Amino acid sequence: MAGETLTATSYIQHHLTNLTYGKLPEGYERHNADGSVDVLSQDTWTLAHTSQEASDMGFMAIHLDSMFWSIFLGAVFVLVFARVAKRIHTGVPRGMQNFVEMAVDFIDKQVKDSFHHKNAMIAPMALTIFVWILLMNTMDLVPVDWLPHLATIISGDPHFFFKVVPTTDPNVTLGMAFTVFGLMIYFTIAKKGFMGFVKELTLHPFHAEKWYINLILIPINFALETISWISKPISLGLRLFGNLYAGEMIFILIATMFSAGLVLGLFAGVLQWAWAVFHILVIVLQAFVFMVLTIVYMAMAHQVEEEDQFH
Amino acid sequence: MNINLTLIGQSIAFLFFIWFSYAFVWKAIRAAMDEREKQIADGLEAADRAGRDLELAQEKASKHLKEAKTEAAGIIESANKRANQIVDEAKEQARTEADRIKTAAQAEVEQEVNRAKEQLRSQVATLALAGAEKVLEASVDEAKHKDMLDKLAAQL
Repeated sequence: MAGETLTATSYIQHHLTNLTYGKLPEGYERHNADGSVDVLSQDTWTLAHTSQEASDMGFMAIHLDSMFWSIFLGAVFVLVFARVAKRIHTGVPRGMQNFVEMAVDFIDKQVKDSFHHKNAMIAPMALTIFVWILLMNTMDLVPVDWLPHLATIISGDPHFFFKVVPTTDPNVTLGMAFTVFGLMIYFTIAKKGFMGFVKELTLHPFHAEKWYINLILIPINFALETISWISKPISLGLRLFGNLYAGEMIFILIATMFSAGLVLGLFAGVLQWAWAVFHILVIVLQAFVFMVLTIVYMAMAHQVEEEDQFH
Repeated sequence: MNINLTLIGQSIAFLFFIWFSYAFVWKAIRAAMDEREKQIADGLEAADRAGRDLELAQEKASKHLKEAKTEAAGIIESANKRANQIVDEAKEQARTEADRIKTAAQAEVEQEVNRAKEQLRSQVATLALAGAEKVLEASVDEAKHKDMLDKLAAQL
């Protein structure tokens, strides 16, 4: 933190900016902390020093902190589970195996409840989604300043951006949601053929016996179905992002109270604890919701019977 | 709130983790859990079967016991019968033996009596003669009275 220049607004702003590595265009004016201005003579790949720079980088940028934590936590998930899977035995399970089997059993039950088709990919996908998102969300329970502050100490840069909760980054949640969306389209086409996919978009929900009425209905159906399809990944991704972002925001707001004297500081401690307890619910619930909706979307993509009535 | 390459990076990571957990996590764990479920089901079934077997064995055992008891009773009965038979036979034998001994004894007694009579008969003449001599105080000619004396002796 930048000592005397620290205000609540800049503190919050700092906490909401990702560590962005991206391309700044030629001729870009970089404002340094001391007020001087550098003009770039060519396109430059660099770390953003301000949130303004981060947003000016546009699409050609990557959030290093989000990617690091999401891949790190994903690696924790697969390594722990793969280690158990490698040593698994049919005897009495102990320790980690117990936990892993419980998770697998829970996911398996959820998948069997709503997915009645034959696809060996769905259950592992649900497991990945649930455990991974749960781990990423859980980063929210680490007090908001610990890891970012550690990062500034290690990097030696007091303005070093470091967001530790990947699911508060819309890129992460929407990235997963659009991947789910892509798999949905893929399985729909794989199960029903390309024409089946087109029919699903055009002959649904309105359908008439006479072909000329259908001709009028097709554009309406297409508009409605397109919206309904597109809204799925967007709502899936933004729901997770919104919940976690709001939670993180409240943690940050509570954290600003720590510097406002002993009484308010203690009060903030109590608040932070209470919100963390409440947030545990949000963390698990959002991971669960994302997983269940993914399973449901996959089941919809595999549903061939429903499509049959449009022949 | 910038949308950028992180979106694609996250997608790639996501697909990789899905593939990884499909290939190295789910299958192995699920297989082991299914295997254990099967083992437990088999174990329960075996226990069930063992229980039924035990019941059956107990039934069999009690049947055997019953049979054995019946057989033993039969054996005892026939043994009793045989014993009675032996006793009866022995009694019969004893009676027969006793009869034989009695008959033999009677025959002997009769023989003895006859012998005594014979002896008596042979001596009666002498005795009668001696008596008569005593009565008559005279000697009686033995030759003269021999016929009469023999007649007397035959009457005895």
